[in-house]
Amino acid sequence: MSILLEVDNLKISARKDDDSLLPIVKGVSFKVARGEVVALIGESGSGKTTIALSALGYTKPGLEFDGGEVRLEGEDVITMRSDHLRSLRGQRVAYLAQSAAATFNPALTIGEQVTESSVLHGILSKEQAHERAKVLYQALELPDPERLGRRYPHQVSGGQLQRLMAAMALCGKPDLLVLDEPTTALDVTTQIEVLKSFKSVIKQEGSSAIYVTHDLSVVAQIADHIVVLYAGEVQEYGTAEQVVSHPTHDYTRRLMHAVRPPPAAGQGDKTSSEHKRQAPALEVRNITAGYGRKRDGTTTITVLRSVNVSIERGQSIGVIGESGCGKSTLARVMAGLLPPTEGQVLLDGQELNPALAQRSRNELQKIQFVFQMADTALNPKQRIDHILGRPLEFYLGLKGKEKRQRVGELLEMVELPQEFAGRYPEELSGGQKQRVNLARALAASPEVLLCDEVISALDSIVGANVIDLLRRLRQQTGVSFVFISHDLSTVASFADEIVVLYAGRVVEKGSTDRVLSPPYHPYTRLLISSVPELRVGWLEEAMQTQEAQAGIDRLVTLTEIGCPFFDRCPLAIKDTCDQEAPPIRDLGQGHLISCHRPESEFLH
Amino acid sequence: MIWRALLGRFSISVVTLFVVSVLIFIGTNLLPGDVAQILLGQMATPDSLAALQAKLGMDQPGYVRYFMWLRDVATGDLGFSKAGLGAGNATPIVQIIEPRIYNTLQLTSMVAVVAIPVALFLGLLAAMHPGTRLDRTITFSTLNLISVPDFLVATFLVLVFAVYLGWLPSIAYLRGDETGWGLIRALTMPTLTLMIIVSAQIIRMTRATVLNVMSSPYVEMAILKGVPRRRIILRHALLNAIGPIVNVIALNLAWLVGGVVIVEQIFAYPGLAKLMIDAVLVRDLPLVQACAMIFCASYVVLIFVADMASILSNPRLRHPK
Amino acid sequence: MSETQKSMNPSRQFDELPDAPPKRKIRLSWSGKIGIAVLVFWAIIVVIGPSIAPYHEAEFLEESLFIVPGSDEKYPDTDFQPPSRIVLLGSDYMGRDTLSRILFGARTTIGISFIATILAYLIGVTLGIAAAVGYRFQYRGFTIIELDTALSRLNDALLSIPSIMLGLVMIAALGSTIPLLIVLTGIIYAASVFRIARSLGQEVMVSDFVEAARVRGEGLWWIITREILPNVAMPLATDFGLRFVWVILFISALSFLGLGVQPPMSDWGSMVKENLPGLIYGSVAPLVPSLAIATLTISVNMIVDDISAQTGGKLAKRMIS
Repeated sequence: MSILLEVDNLKISARKDDDSLLPIVKGVSFKVARGEVVALIGESGSGKTTIALSALGYTKPGLEFDGGEVRLEGEDVITMRSDHLRSLRGQRVAYLAQSAAATFNPALTIGEQVTESSVLHGILSKEQAHERAKVLYQALELPDPERLGRRYPHQVSGGQLQRLMAAMALCGKPDLLVLDEPTTALDVTTQIEVLKSFKSVIKQEGSSAIYVTHDLSVVAQIADHIVVLYAGEVQEYGTAEQVVSHPTHDYTRRLMHAVRPPPAAGQGDKTSSEHKRQAPALEVRNITAGYGRKRDGTTTITVLRSVNVSIERGQSIGVIGESGCGKSTLARVMAGLLPPTEGQVLLDGQELNPALAQRSRNELQKIQFVFQMADTALNPKQRIDHILGRPLEFYLGLKGKEKRQRVGELLEMVELPQEFAGRYPEELSGGQKQRVNLARALAASPEVLLCDEVISALDSIVGANVIDLLRRLRQQTGVSFVFISHDLSTVASFADEIVVLYAGRVVEKGSTDRVLSPPYHPYTRLLISSVPELRVGWLEEAMQTQEAQAGIDRLVTLTEIGCPFFDRCPLAIKDTCDQEAPPIRDLGQGHLISCHRPESEFLH
Repeated sequence: MIWRALLGRFSISVVTLFVVSVLIFIGTNLLPGDVAQILLGQMATPDSLAALQAKLGMDQPGYVRYFMWLRDVATGDLGFSKAGLGAGNATPIVQIIEPRIYNTLQLTSMVAVVAIPVALFLGLLAAMHPGTRLDRTITFSTLNLISVPDFLVATFLVLVFAVYLGWLPSIAYLRGDETGWGLIRALTMPTLTLMIIVSAQIIRMTRATVLNVMSSPYVEMAILKGVPRRRIILRHALLNAIGPIVNVIALNLAWLVGGVVIVEQIFAYPGLAKLMIDAVLVRDLPLVQACAMIFCASYVVLIFVADMASILSNPRLRHPK
Repeated sequence: MSETQKSMNPSRQFDELPDAPPKRKIRLSWSGKIGIAVLVFWAIIVVIGPSIAPYHEAEFLEESLFIVPGSDEKYPDTDFQPPSRIVLLGSDYMGRDTLSRILFGARTTIGISFIATILAYLIGVTLGIAAAVGYRFQYRGFTIIELDTALSRLNDALLSIPSIMLGLVMIAALGSTIPLLIVLTGIIYAASVFRIARSLGQEVMVSDFVEAARVRGEGLWWIITREILPNVAMPLATDFGLRFVWVILFISALSFLGLGVQPPMSDWGSMVKENLPGLIYGSVAPLVPSLAIATLTISVNMIVDDISAQTGGKLAKRMIS
């Protein structure tokens, strides 16, 4: 195979205020052969995007090339003249950004943006370009290819925009595609579809690609070669098979280790048995809630409908669902941040006042909320000891020496050094901040801890460590956990009971083992089969399954009648599922599935 | 969707205008200090005071007077000026105001026609070359210009063009029969002053708006697609910046209201603002009221135009789902 | 499980990469430093100005001072004298020392503006934050009206009257005294302070850490004083600078129109107006006070500009809109 792109000892630095240079990329070398996909993998700060952009001879503002060469078919793009660079970009090398929503110009039609580059470079005439765009829309399985080009970016869904960006990149038939985390912002069921389209289109067009991601499982599906990066240096470089199956470098192994195994029965945490089961610690009954309260007490957007969940003492329950399913709203209802329009919240069997302001301090203390983004959940103007000290003072009346001592213990509990007490949040890294965030909730000595997507903003290794910490804390303290996540493997590895939410309704719940083993609700099955596995060839297998082909990447609609999953469901019964609310089938031992189909017909 | 937004915006303007009229009415009519007393001044006798109060309808309760006034304004009757009222030969305000409005419009429209294109050009120029010496010169000098009082700009220009160079007259008194060269000479100084004041703001805001759009991800994407710089600015950036920029222009034309007061005063230009200042100095409240209403109404209209522009330029509203 | 993990990662070689480097302390550029120096200079003058002034602000200079030795002119003009060793910055239209009047006037102009700005801030920030935290007027548990809605409506109307118009109407009705000037300016500018304090407050109000405090059960007072105020203090301080400049310009403009500080008190704005006729003789008397205002306002703006450039221009953007 001939070499298309050769990155040779590339160095890129950031220019600081005092005009000194801070190295970001420290001598990286790799090659991309024709028709090959090379993945750059690393965590935030590894320089992966910066390296990928150098293939277009581009650096983000504030960065500059500091040595080395990036040769495209033997020609160095770093030293290329700007008019040559312009004709290279979009024509020979095309870029796909992480967030399609931000990279499409809101004021121009999709068609103009998709065809712009190839028309400008004179590769195709306007008509040819639009014809080609239509072919690509079809290949990418986008709806209504005839009229799609005349629409505006805000008129199509996020997953579709992401694929439209692929069409934009491919329109000029580039030799090399640079894909920058193109599926990171998507839900799993959407991600699998987009991945599949990318893979088949790259194959069809015979392009080469540089694929930037932090997700090893995604990489395993799409890459031929993998470059593992850390802090601007190559840690490991080899074929996908070799890196995934036989990693040689420490860092790669740590990355691999942070990838949680695919969700399956037999995972979950078995610590719950150690704590005696009594009345449920926290229970929500028949909750209906939403936003935009109207005068008659109902809401303009109803997010949750008749949701029942109960958490035993010492148990940890996982709430899973895709974006917009209402999982965060459920946590907010439990915490009292959002009073429900119907239903009750019970703590230790006692009904709680729905509104926060009317709850007693004692009740508040027992339920603690851990926010998703530690960055915004900690007041940047308060020191760590103040942040941790306040709940101690507020709930437990601790003062002075006692308080200081307890702050020290809390820091120790979350494995942070004592001297952090005197620091401000902005002096901490993301994972450290999340630990402080956790410690603050623990400071109240709560009975129930509500964890809303606590690791989704963290890098994988850091996130895995936080999960380990949570597991240990659970053993030590016996606190009940409500663990909310969009990531089924995370939930599966932590929770002993799982609640699956879809469009604001509970579609399945039960112990982790039972939910993750047949019989499945069709949606649960879809979720499980969409989680990428860390092995080469998984994507092809997954796409064969019935539900994957049935209902991926549709807009989730909040229906008032019938089953909300109706339009994506492979087992849907016409005129029943879309008309009547599904019955709840009890499969024994607390395993409930909400579906019109009888148990025998559920997917295995 | 877009109609609803426009209609909503329109009704807000109507309400605002209404509230503004109430505020002005309260300011000029209901505050302590008997207007009739002020009007008559030394000549006040109990009889003439009562007669005038009745004539002005001031024996009525406040809200009745407000609606009477509003009805009069709506029908084009702005009442009578204090000037000559006591002597019995009251002058209708409409007659006084009409030529003044014409003069002020002449001045401001000339400013608008010249200043807007120049300012937009300079603002775009600075935004297209951020960080260069040109950009720094433009930003620094406009920062200084918006920081200094309007009358400093005016006095400086007078000093240079009228006193040292002797090119232009230092006041702009119009007799009404100027034509051609004479008119231009008379108008040059006030126009120049206003232009400098207004364009400094437009330049800064245009630059900030365009720079903001230029740092957006879709412009970076356009660069990475190999789109030439001209096209990036004229198609990708400007199309998104046009709403905010029209907004900026309308807002700054509204700023003219403040500037025109100073400039007409300093150059003794017989416009509406000068009339109003003179009315304030002699506390001719009906006249103040009328002038204030006209200024505020045009201000509200300009703000309305600005908001319309941003609604109309929003693709989400123009092309609903 | 944790055992195996420990054995696999004995070293902490691959620590989490740090977040973005901690925010830099604000380091002023040369323009910011000059700004600070000028500001400090005027602050000192406000304190000691009258005691170092060679003459009193209302003192008419003796003709004998200007007798040129050897000349037989016994009664020379004392007005509009050019700068000399006797009058360092010349004399004004009534033969008073310009330098002394500037030194006295600093206290009036800066003092009035500063107090008015403080007043605007007291009103604006109090109401703005109260509106942001969603204070409601309740009667038996039912919300009658939200403070936010009520104030915002009023505020919109207030903001849709050009400040100079509002000033002129009020002064026409009530006359011009220093306390009135301060209260009037304070109220007019409280409207824009309210808007910015409200939007800053709302931004902090929806942040997760405020939500965390609410879930903890903290009262409103704690949330306002510990969570919101520390986070809005810096942007508000910067805004204070800008607002101060506008208040100086506003008060000077009123004085310039003869509607602000009344003679014989010296004030920079009215000094320009009084001496305007001197322009024709090329006197510096009107220029000196203009420049005094300009140095003060430009220096404050340079500091603000420098700070907002370093805080990512976010502030500047908000202030434009």
